[in-house]
Amino acid sequence: MNTALYPPINASTAKELGLLEEEFEKIKELLGREPNFTELCAYSAMWSEHCSYKNSIVWLKTLPKDGPHMLVKAGEENAGLVDIGDGYGCAFKIESHNHPSALEPYQGAATGVGGINRDIFTMGARPIALLNSLRFGEPELERTKWLVKGVVKGIGDYGNAFGIPTVGGETYFDKCYNQNPLVNAFSAGIVKTDRIIRAKAEGVGNPVFIVGASTGKDGIHGASFASKDLTEDSADDIPAVQVGDPFMEKLLLEATMELAETDYVVGMQDMGAAGIICSTSEMSAAGKHGMRIHLDRVPLRQKNMEPWEILLSESQERMLVVVKKGHEDQVKKIYDKWDIHCEQIGEVIEGDRLYFYWHDELIADLPASTLVLGGGAPVYYREFRQAAYYSELLDFDINAVPEPKDLKETARKILSLPNVASKKFIYEQYDSMVGTVNMSTNRPTDAAIVNLKGTNKALAMTVDCNPRFVWADPEIGTMMAVSEAARNIVVSGGIPSAVTNCLNFGNPYNPEVYWQFVGAVKGMGKACETFKTPVTGGNVSFYNQTVLKDRVEPVFPTPTIGMIGIVEDKKHITTIPFKQKGDLIYLVGTVREDINQSQYLVHIHGIEKSPVPQFSLEEEYALQEQLKITIRQGLICSAHDISEGGLWVTLMEKALTSGLGFDITLPAEIRKDAYLFGEGPSRVVVTVKQDDETAFIDSMMLNGVDFDLLGHVTKGSIRIDDEDWGHVEDYRNLYENSLTDILLS
Amino acid sequence: MKFGVVVFPGSNCDEDMVYVLKNILGQQVVKLWHKDHNLQGVDMIVLPGGFSYGDYLRSGAIAKFSPIMNEVTEFAKKGGYVLGVCNGFQILCEAQLLPGTLIHNTSHRFICKNQFIVADNNVSPINASIPLDRVLNIPIAHGEGCYYADVETIKEIEDNAQVLFRYCNPEGHITEDANPNGSVNNIAGVTNIHRNVFGMMPHPERAADEELGNTDGRLIFESLLNHMMANV
Repeated sequence: MNTALYPPINASTAKELGLLEEEFEKIKELLGREPNFTELCAYSAMWSEHCSYKNSIVWLKTLPKDGPHMLVKAGEENAGLVDIGDGYGCAFKIESHNHPSALEPYQGAATGVGGINRDIFTMGARPIALLNSLRFGEPELERTKWLVKGVVKGIGDYGNAFGIPTVGGETYFDKCYNQNPLVNAFSAGIVKTDRIIRAKAEGVGNPVFIVGASTGKDGIHGASFASKDLTEDSADDIPAVQVGDPFMEKLLLEATMELAETDYVVGMQDMGAAGIICSTSEMSAAGKHGMRIHLDRVPLRQKNMEPWEILLSESQERMLVVVKKGHEDQVKKIYDKWDIHCEQIGEVIEGDRLYFYWHDELIADLPASTLVLGGGAPVYYREFRQAAYYSELLDFDINAVPEPKDLKETARKILSLPNVASKKFIYEQYDSMVGTVNMSTNRPTDAAIVNLKGTNKALAMTVDCNPRFVWADPEIGTMMAVSEAARNIVVSGGIPSAVTNCLNFGNPYNPEVYWQFVGAVKGMGKACETFKTPVTGGNVSFYNQTVLKDRVEPVFPTPTIGMIGIVEDKKHITTIPFKQKGDLIYLVGTVREDINQSQYLVHIHGIEKSPVPQFSLEEEYALQEQLKITIRQGLICSAHDISEGGLWVTLMEKALTSGLGFDITLPAEIRKDAYLFGEGPSRVVVTVKQDDETAFIDSMMLNGVDFDLLGHVTKGSIRIDDEDWGHVEDYRNLYENSLTDILLS
Repeated sequence: MKFGVVVFPGSNCDEDMVYVLKNILGQQVVKLWHKDHNLQGVDMIVLPGGFSYGDYLRSGAIAKFSPIMNEVTEFAKKGGYVLGVCNGFQILCEAQLLPGTLIHNTSHRFICKNQFIVADNNVSPINASIPLDRVLNIPIAHGEGCYYADVETIKEIEDNAQVLFRYCNPEGHITEDANPNGSVNNIAGVTNIHRNVFGMMPHPERAADEELGNTDGRLIFESLLNHMMANV
């Protein structure tokens, strides 16, 4: 320890560490004295946006938190927990790793996967499925190709070795993400409800262990770094990116699962952002106790580490475990079996103070509650103002958009667009089948279906967000994201249970960005109440933007919705592909002449400015309730909702996954381009056996949801309005390889 | 039959293998911890897929030094049946219980997908009862699955019918387009000269559960079981 080299304690040092002047004053007030450098570092990390949610918490608190299936409320534990019956719960969460991935895509994405899985198994839940939601810039750019390849390899190498299948996800390209990609990782795990491990420290005298990897200098100030603008100088921050070791994580998982079967654990928390200071303060505050921690006892990976570095290091694959006194040896034995470190570094004490020692010298003395969210961490009400672009979108007039001369050629182009074409290049690099629970491999579904072996149930999971819709109207666009997630689960045969979210936005100090954020949270709240899907947790990532010489361009507001649903009976599972020639094709939902914010409008006509497509939460809810009934009556052979690329792409995806074609007739009263390529929400294409037609119509008449007969399934030919559009196989290469061709060119 | 599934640190298909052997095929199964030396009287040893020891250095290169590999080698040399799938195949090659080696896919990308394979012959227990015109859909998931051996070795194993399976297209044709990883002559699995040690990159245990909509992998296990039962 060489305190002579520590900077002086003043507002300017505090600023260097990312703290505002008012925050520095507040720290002095809370401590009743001036902090030393180590203490100031602790506040800097814990009061960063990433750990404290200081600019978002007032709005997040408005989200619905309770539901019939909830086992813990949002924010109480490392992840949300839903009751799935038979004595089991499902822990799930989504988290961003955007800023590290922008600088070092491979490690940034890999450690994102590692971190989200630790959040799950630290609760005693064994992860069973991963999903991810990715946003990149224009795929033709060399930088984008580099980012895509690095991020996908990072996610793959970590998840594949860790041994949890990646069962679903989404990838979206837009130039607003050219500098700042988004990498959101989702994990779900299963836990016996009587074996849930809590993130709290209690019981005076109970020993505190650090387990897993050694601690190094990697990722120091990562949490503060994730809360800064990305600029051209950000590459200088590379030491703030952590390095992942999936093998260590796998050992840590297995050891933790063995430990969870014992009665020795009092509490456990993963060490992610802000390392030891975060886990010690959050567990102490949650358990209303304090801790005495000896930083010199932490196993280190490198020499010459200062105590403040050990306190803040974000080295991966580590956990803090509080154990019942007297069981130290049994716990050590479990970790020994898996050849991983398990060192006692301190003990639980009365009160709420954290005492950190360095070779018996007290070097930091902090009240735990002053560091954490819900305690002393600052809470800000930020100013917001409707974005200037918003009113311009309303000037859009569909009549000014010419109908394409060659509809077939336009349709081919749409099928090859990066946001429409197959993401095979990406998902084939993930092990989607390890664990032998992925029911969607051979029977593709809108939401991924994960088998609960030995039961008649399954889980449905999805991640969704069309960021264009959110940009065009943050509140309605976010309602639509929640609706799409719920719709994907419903059409796959599930019942939506709960939501986790990853809110990716620009700089919260920009009132127009904050307006997007507030709108998104409001929309999410309304939609989640409608679908009775409480928001169990997630994370907020601000400062996602491109800094140019003359201005700052935020990314599209991207509130990614991760949703879990329960399939109560596996026979309800409904898949995407057409089933047999002659089946009737129905479009369920209301069709409008609406091409707003469609891939067609943006990429074929080059028009970015149009309002959000027309949307009604009531209409969406009625559609989903209707489909739940009709699916349970066994009257629907296949179902796929309409999203990017419109009805045309939905039909083609049903065709390409089955090898069958379709023969449909378009209505005369709606423009053909709008009918085929419009992205109006709340619509689903289903197929029905001819023999079931009457029963289907009877079922559909119940709730007054619109439905129209489009045509029928063919052996392979595609016909629209009695015109020959070729064979389904004529489109396969275009759909399956267009994106791969761009990324490898 | 009693199966022993070896668990190395980093194995991640061990549970899947146990589930299929026990719950689906109704066999007796024990897990063999890599630090153990006791094979518990098993009739067959299975080295499952995964990333043993993180696959650091080279796939399977460290696992071959695991304590239990002494017993596995001895068991194999006495004629005991050993099956290695994916990482298990890599380990068996590293331990020189099988000819050849597995190198990086020619794409240099990990690949996971359904893949068609076809039995090359019917002379080994693992492919004996699989019709040669029956195309099997068996998932692959690997970064280092390109089977490689020198020209003499390839000639030798092909002449001795030691090739178990080859990658093919849906029609069963062994074409370059159907080769997912660049393996020499589309080789997906091989056996040793005595036909008691089997290695394959595709995962039959991922295609054995009706709930997942593909049971082609059962034909491979059933071929093995038929042979073993007949020789009890």
